[in-house]
Amino acid sequence: MNNRITTRYDAHMIVTTDIPLPLRNARVHEACGPGAVSFAAVTAAGGGAVLWVREAWQAETINPVGLSTFFDPSNMLLVQTKNQTETLAVAEEALKDGTVLLVIIETCRPLNLREGRRLQLAARAGKSTGLCLIPEGMGSNAAETRWYCAPVFAEGDSTLMRWKIIKNKSGTYGDWYVRWNAEARRIDVVSPAGERSGSADALD
Amino acid sequence: MWFPRLASDRVLRTHLIEGPFALTFRQANADRLHCLNTAAEQCGLHRGMSFADARAFCPDLQSQAADPIGDRRFLHVLRRWVTRYCPWVGVEGENGLVLDVTGSTHLFGSEAMMLADMRQRLVRAGLDARIGLGDTRGAAWALAHYGEGTAEAGAPHAALAGLPVAALRIEDETVIALQRLGLRTIGALERAARSPLARRFGPALLLRLDQALGRQPEQITPLVEPPHYGVRMNLPEPIGLFDDVMAGASRLLDRLCAKLKAQEAGARVLCLTLRRVDQEAQTVELRLASPLRDAIRILPLFERGVGEIDAGFGIDQIRLEAVQVEPLPVQQISHVSSGRVDQLGDLITRIGTRIGLENVQRFLPADSHIPERSFIIAAAAYSEPGEPWVAQRPRPVRLFPPEPIAGTGSRPPRQFRWRRMSLSTARATGPERIAPEWWLSDDNWRSGIRDYWHVETRQGRRLWLFYTPQNPGWFVQGEFA
Repeated sequence: MNNRITTRYDAHMIVTTDIPLPLRNARVHEACGPGAVSFAAVTAAGGGAVLWVREAWQAETINPVGLSTFFDPSNMLLVQTKNQTETLAVAEEALKDGTVLLVIIETCRPLNLREGRRLQLAARAGKSTGLCLIPEGMGSNAAETRWYCAPVFAEGDSTLMRWKIIKNKSGTYGDWYVRWNAEARRIDVVSPAGERSGSADALD
Repeated sequence: MWFPRLASDRVLRTHLIEGPFALTFRQANADRLHCLNTAAEQCGLHRGMSFADARAFCPDLQSQAADPIGDRRFLHVLRRWVTRYCPWVGVEGENGLVLDVTGSTHLFGSEAMMLADMRQRLVRAGLDARIGLGDTRGAAWALAHYGEGTAEAGAPHAALAGLPVAALRIEDETVIALQRLGLRTIGALERAARSPLARRFGPALLLRLDQALGRQPEQITPLVEPPHYGVRMNLPEPIGLFDDVMAGASRLLDRLCAKLKAQEAGARVLCLTLRRVDQEAQTVELRLASPLRDAIRILPLFERGVGEIDAGFGIDQIRLEAVQVEPLPVQQISHVSSGRVDQLGDLITRIGTRIGLENVQRFLPADSHIPERSFIIAAAAYSEPGEPWVAQRPRPVRLFPPEPIAGTGSRPPRQFRWRRMSLSTARATGPERIAPEWWLSDDNWRSGIRDYWHVETRQGRRLWLFYTPQNPGWFVQGEFA
């Protein structure tokens, strides 16, 4: 199995080189894939209070000790809800309020048009950013951007991730290899060429 | 006012029991009689007797365990009730009340009519009371406990002279010593020479005597009324519109907050009761994330609850009560303090009214190497952000209950299947041995020590695997960023 991913795009897609981060303010975005939690953690590293909404029945938990390499978990509030209706109600309330700058929403079923639009309007009213962590292929039409995130193996580096924009309302699609820089607490974009297996100076 | 059978009367008020009845109190490993009714006293039982003896004397004795805290509370209820006779009421011992009725007797006609009224009402309430009235606190106590009656104003000697010396509120040993000296009544004591008494018994005896006879002053200390955080409003015409109810609530809230401010307190739980014209009451409960007494901030938090109220034919009484109150001292506002914390508190409250305040949580660091116990989840409304987080070693961002995978040996398997994915190990870092905390029993750690490995797979996933050498097996417990 080869970790080199050849990027082949349709003709109408324009690939930009600079990554559109931080996420556009006053909008709701989506992230999916195995690295979605890491994407959320990197987004939360931007600073400010974070509200993480998830359903209480899930056996899988987020680990604040692990997240502390990205941001300070004491800035984070966790809301455990009974079902997705409650999750969306809490998220809308928090987005509209605008006290927390980032609301991370874990959803289990796809949002319909009305729910997605309501979240967008709430985010616009409160000037706060929303990020839905969705199961793959369950995106909502109202999302501003949708990211596919997956960890990638690399020699000598254990934070390499591949982030791909698969939906973008106000920009172009893109595909980036990024690394988490723990000292500077930011992401470094790595050129995919350097990722080619067998390359001599691949990420020292 | 003395209630000789307060405890048993309190129980008998709710459960009607015929025949002898006693409350027992466990003392020095033996059940002793604490309080008994008249029927039991007629059987020859007395207070302090052992319960086994009492059963032998009186086989049909019924009993219950005593509840001193409940009795105390009941006495305070009585104290509040007694303020109908005079405003100056104190508690005397465990089962007595002391009233300063100076200047309020004429409201009931005369002293005798007031006493008759008190007796009548207490008998109707099922309480046995002895009431003594005198110029001084000591005289009233003596008369209540030993020979009920009234001492004439200005002449306590006449009423007190015949009472035993025990009526002076002195210790039992002093009473016995005085009886041995032949001084059995207060009259005899008063006629005796003072200096030998003072030399033998100390100043306390003469002080009590003088207090009873009015030569020394003695105060009555009334208890402070606990502040009552409830306000209400009666409406001349029933209302039903949302805005009207909110306007009413706003007026009540202003009054309540002024009260809270005077006491330097903040409400934690508020209860808005709306009584409809058909006498049915509906309540809106508001639990706040932090103690508050700011009407402008509290009022919008009520909107959601009030919106769900069914007004029926209209609401004619609104009542607002701070059910739970916490101290909230006045704080100096400075240019560095930000309103951000307050806003976050309001947001927590608003989310809490929808899904329950305990579901809004925050992580607090904990001192443990066990991954599941290295953090605590606490309700955000009742906790403060703790110490800074320190990750000594790389830890996964996601944790799940251990999922078994196929593997043998103490090195991570080269190939394994996990969640229907076939993965191959590219790099493994470890082992990091974590031993179970023997001082806490945890079923998940029954399998003994664990060797944790940070395994990076060629497919990209970075997993946290562990091996249990004492019960060989491989498990996946987390995933790294």
